[in-house]
Amino acid sequence: MSQEPLWEVFIRSRRGMSHVHAGSLHAADAEMALRNARDVYTRRQEGVSIWVVPASAIEASSPDEKDAFFDPAGDKVYRHPTFYDVPEGVQHL
Amino acid sequence: MSTPTAYVLALADDALISSQRLGWWISRAPQLEEDVAMANIGLDQLGQARALLSLAGAATGRSEDDLAYLRNERDFRNVCLVEREQADFGVAMARMLVFSTWQHELYSALSGSSDAMLAAISAKAVKETAYHVDHATHWVLRLGDGTDESHARMQAAVDAEWPWRAELFETEFLDDSLVADGVAVDPSGLQGPVEQRLEAVLHQATLNVPDTTSAYSKGRLGRHTEAMGYLLAEMQHLHRSHPGVNW
Repeated sequence: MSQEPLWEVFIRSRRGMSHVHAGSLHAADAEMALRNARDVYTRRQEGVSIWVVPASAIEASSPDEKDAFFDPAGDKVYRHPTFYDVPEGVQHL
Repeated sequence: MSTPTAYVLALADDALISSQRLGWWISRAPQLEEDVAMANIGLDQLGQARALLSLAGAATGRSEDDLAYLRNERDFRNVCLVEREQADFGVAMARMLVFSTWQHELYSALSGSSDAMLAAISAKAVKETAYHVDHATHWVLRLGDGTDESHARMQAAVDAEWPWRAELFETEFLDDSLVADGVAVDPSGLQGPVEQRLEAVLHQATLNVPDTTSAYSKGRLGRHTEAMGYLLAEMQHLHRSHPGVNW
């Protein structure tokens, strides 16, 4: 069964959190992938919701493109909202 | 009201012996994910067995370990269905489907038992067994309605397990007053609902419901198949070689 497709598993640990990548596994189809994910990744109450995504459906950035992708943001300090004076008494910032 | 020891022991032994058989699959399932799934299911059953053994033993001062490790073959009351070898994955899934569907119907009904402890243990097990049924169902559907070879092997597995299901519904071992008092569930009453569910899965999986006579199966009376002695030897030898061993 080594030819079974690979699935990426995302687990939401509790309400209000977002799904976080937990790992990957093999399964014949989506329903079995969901069940395998339940058995492999939520045995210790790690989650309340699971997404499985075919690994082939994920388009990932390449390490080779790291410089072009991410370095240009390095010196754009004005993109950080640190140049505003926050009025006193403003909460939840 | 005294604890219905013999009845609870029978249900405990079903779960214990099935768990022992499932443990065999760890490292042998078709894929690592299935190793974990079968271990999880086996451990759920072991949890049920421990709670039931503790309940059964409380009346006579015996611990769960005493009952699991220090009884001999004739004292075990599990149905023969669960003790037989299952070195074929199709057989393991066919058996899980039959056994878990029965357990699910049984525990659902026992949640309303007049014995409070038995009702509580059963209520917890209902959710666990619902998942076991789901797991087995998905495999039986895929193997039954899969390739020509998987279909043939799944049908052979169902044919092998089907005759052994009948003992689950036998009442011979049961004290009638337990059913009258609302402690136990009449096993014969579960046959209709269980077989209806099983047949629905088999039809969907394009498999035939076997038309065979029941196996001669008397595990409930302590008369087991040849496989039982070997299973117990493996399960019990550590405890018997090193009495009281713990880790």
